[in-house]
Amino acid sequence: MTEACRTDDGSPPPPEPQRAVVGRRLPKVDACAKVTGETRYADDLVLPRMAYAKLLRAQHPHARIRRIDAAAARAVRGVYAVITGEDFPPVRFGILPVSQDEEPLCRDKVRHVGDPVAAVAAVDEETAERAARLIAVDYEPLEPLMSIERALAEGTERIHEYGDGHNVHKLVSLEFGDVAEGFREADLVREDAFFFEGNTHLPMEQHAAVAQWTADGKLTLWSSTQTPHYVHRALGKVLGLPLSRIRVIATPNGGGFGGKSDPFSHEMVVARLAQLTGRPVKTTLTREEVFYTHRGRHPVLMWVRSGVRRDGEILALHFRTWLDGGAYGSYGVASTFYTGALQTVTYRVARYKFEGCRVFTNKPPCGPKRGHGTPQPRFALEVHLDRIAEQLGLDPAAMRRRTVVPQHQKTVNHLTVTTCGLPECIDRVVEASGWTRKFRRLPYGRGIGFAASAYLSGAGLPIYRNDLPHSGVVVKIDRGGGVAVFCGSTDIGQGSDSVLAYVVAEVLGIQPEDVRVVTADTDLTPVDLGSYSSRVTLMTGNAAKDAAEKLRALLVDAAARKLEVGPAEISTREGRLFVRGDPARALAFDEAARLAEAAAGTLVAAGSYTPPRRAARYKGAGVGPTPAYSYSACAVEVRVDPETGEVRVERVWIAHDGGTAINPLLVEGQVEGSVYMALGEALMEESAFRPHGLHKIPSMLEYKSPTTLETPEITTILVETRDPEGPFGAKEAGQGPLLPVIPAVANAVYDAVGVRIDEVPITPEKVLLALDRKAQGRVPRVGPERLPTLAFPEPIRVPPPWVDPAGRAAAAVHGQGSVP
Amino acid sequence: MDPESRPDGAAGRTLLALVVNGERREVAVPVHHTLLEVLREELGLTGTKHGCELGECGTCTVLVDGVPVLSCLALAVACRDAAIRTVEGLGCDGRLHPLQQAFAELGAAQCGYCTPGILMTAAALLGRTPRPDREAIRIALAGNLCRCTGYAKILDAVALAARRMASDAGAPVAVEP
Repeated sequence: MTEACRTDDGSPPPPEPQRAVVGRRLPKVDACAKVTGETRYADDLVLPRMAYAKLLRAQHPHARIRRIDAAAARAVRGVYAVITGEDFPPVRFGILPVSQDEEPLCRDKVRHVGDPVAAVAAVDEETAERAARLIAVDYEPLEPLMSIERALAEGTERIHEYGDGHNVHKLVSLEFGDVAEGFREADLVREDAFFFEGNTHLPMEQHAAVAQWTADGKLTLWSSTQTPHYVHRALGKVLGLPLSRIRVIATPNGGGFGGKSDPFSHEMVVARLAQLTGRPVKTTLTREEVFYTHRGRHPVLMWVRSGVRRDGEILALHFRTWLDGGAYGSYGVASTFYTGALQTVTYRVARYKFEGCRVFTNKPPCGPKRGHGTPQPRFALEVHLDRIAEQLGLDPAAMRRRTVVPQHQKTVNHLTVTTCGLPECIDRVVEASGWTRKFRRLPYGRGIGFAASAYLSGAGLPIYRNDLPHSGVVVKIDRGGGVAVFCGSTDIGQGSDSVLAYVVAEVLGIQPEDVRVVTADTDLTPVDLGSYSSRVTLMTGNAAKDAAEKLRALLVDAAARKLEVGPAEISTREGRLFVRGDPARALAFDEAARLAEAAAGTLVAAGSYTPPRRAARYKGAGVGPTPAYSYSACAVEVRVDPETGEVRVERVWIAHDGGTAINPLLVEGQVEGSVYMALGEALMEESAFRPHGLHKIPSMLEYKSPTTLETPEITTILVETRDPEGPFGAKEAGQGPLLPVIPAVANAVYDAVGVRIDEVPITPEKVLLALDRKAQGRVPRVGPERLPTLAFPEPIRVPPPWVDPAGRAAAAVHGQGSVP
Repeated sequence: MDPESRPDGAAGRTLLALVVNGERREVAVPVHHTLLEVLREELGLTGTKHGCELGECGTCTVLVDGVPVLSCLALAVACRDAAIRTVEGLGCDGRLHPLQQAFAELGAAQCGYCTPGILMTAAALLGRTPRPDREAIRIALAGNLCRCTGYAKILDAVALAARRMASDAGAPVAVEP
């Protein structure tokens, strides 16, 4: 169900010119290939003479490597090569410039079970596996540090030599305004603690990569990656090759969700093995290996204190997060900042203090998973506010509605909110779910919960500092009327290839069927930073629009000359260029193309997009800004069985402001998929590890993900604000809708049986434990009982934008608070 | 035929004839290889995917004598007398099967990786239950995991295909056992 929203000032929007493509429920451009099994994923690729590689991975969670003896492996018939860390230059890589702490194969130390130490290329997978098992690694085991507490304890081994402290990867301490003042003024001050367990992406497709090295010194890597551009850069660094000799092609991803956004060891390894053997080399991770490759949601311990007025207005908010980062940096520094950045973009917050900490432990590294560091604090904030609403005697949905951030203003931490459809989202969910007649009124065992959230439509800043566009598109028009669109973006199932076709087709006045999309090839396509951060529709859409409009102008000029009218009188639609008001005077698109090519030369245009520069100047201000925020509101109805503790989600209503829906079918798909993924996290998913480092449940059935039987009917409501920054007004839809669902479930459980589960996942065991406590007259809650005692540094104090618009750290006071 | 054992311990290959999508093909396979491996690696039919190779996710589902089978758990040699159908054999003469058509129209395939397994399972369902209600579709697909769609449009597409097939019963699109 799709409905247009009011514009900013409340008046109805001007009538839309009726669009031929954008806004239509069209099939994806790759739909036919996907339903016929013709799409070639990385593991489907076969090259002549291809070898198969297997990685040998550490069985210890923390150990020094004394010696590796590969002689027995090399002697196995059918083995082409065996490599270790010594077969690479001593260079580290990593997605973030500030934490390049990974090696393709570990040289001195392994830091988690699954850390790769050697690799074999052989005639087939079984031979490679058999040979890998014959590699003898002599380890000196070290104490595994499997928790934040243990990692921070004195006398333990340092997992890395860098960081902000003993096994502390990153410490953040920021204050905007004086929260103490806000707490003094508040009518109610409340604090709560929460824990969000780590979980993983579980894409249906396991990671796979194929590398080919040709005798002219060029390397090609096909990989199931969301970020071919970053893989390209990492490969160049690790192999010591010029980037112009390396070609990275991202194959269609069978699901990514952030799990395929890092450059990986297995990609480096197949590249090196291809160089050494002179054969193409393929590797495909087993499902177990995918669990250990991880880069999933950080387990986060959280503490929040807020001071509110009796109408729910937030006068001060103090938020602390402790992230269990696992063994490597990955996106972790960004994740840490994200656990503190977006608390302020939904409801007005007058004063804000954020302290965050990421700790290294000997577990597979955590990274970005759908929502990237924001689902955890959003869970905490929305459950905390639910309690506050109860204490104040306010309806939780109404309380939020009244305190929504104003549009086109900066938040206390200098984030620029542009369009915000949250009030409409809240209204629509309240109406559709029957909230008012159900909340606190359903029979015992049944409950309804509410939450809201916001997310980015792409990070405003790139991962590595530069002034280059974030997305580039080239469009070419053939004299036969065919159009080709080239862009570095990667389709991970969200339909990014299709968005390019829709945008270009709309601008040129043709059908998407006449557009061929070529993507994700570092040789052929202009750079797009990658499919992460929900940036693709907005950024590639804008770049595509930019390129297509340049070509449209040439076509229109040529048609105008031919039809003897001014260019302003030419319309383009359905494959024709015609005189507005006199459609019989027209040219076919291919005719106009030939005329334009004759006049202007070969018809090729480039477009690019760089987000507006809005980041404030304080350290850490780079995480949080975006061209536009999306907004979501959600109500969830549950049934809780007090005998078994089982929580059954009966129904979900979700309203999402993703700006204009370029294809409502795709946007609904993202909303439904986000809700699905949220339910899995809320109720059943956990990346849990044993004391000796093994993942407890590294299989799909044991890890648990909802099947058709656990997934309820989802009512999706699209609220389409028209954001000026987005292409045709579009914002994001791929991650935002996940965020409100998890706290809505928790709030619904409380509504149903009166217990607070302040931990995710909300498992039957926890519900029963809380019900037991309730029956004994104790606090009916399950959640963290204590928090780490790590001292945060004095905060960098940044005056709010109404005091200093530039967002610079205040001058040092008492010798503290300056930018390090 | 017993596999010959070689000095390095690898098993020899056995000659095997399989009938896949109505075509008889002869391949030489290690006797312990699964139907999934033989389809993808010997026959080049990469439409069937692997998600776990443990029989937990349904991604590798193909039809063996009309019945959905987890090809990662089926030995190829055990299927020598069966009619095997994969996603490549779902359409007919270059036309999409109504299930494929409905999936494409309704956006039921996002990343597309679970799609072949789901299509085969759904095809078997419609073969035995031409007018399934939504609950029956849910139950039939309960063994197929999808991480992208939340199943919503998948259920819609199977229902749409069923309606079209039922009203167009003369069209030669039923999946033969």
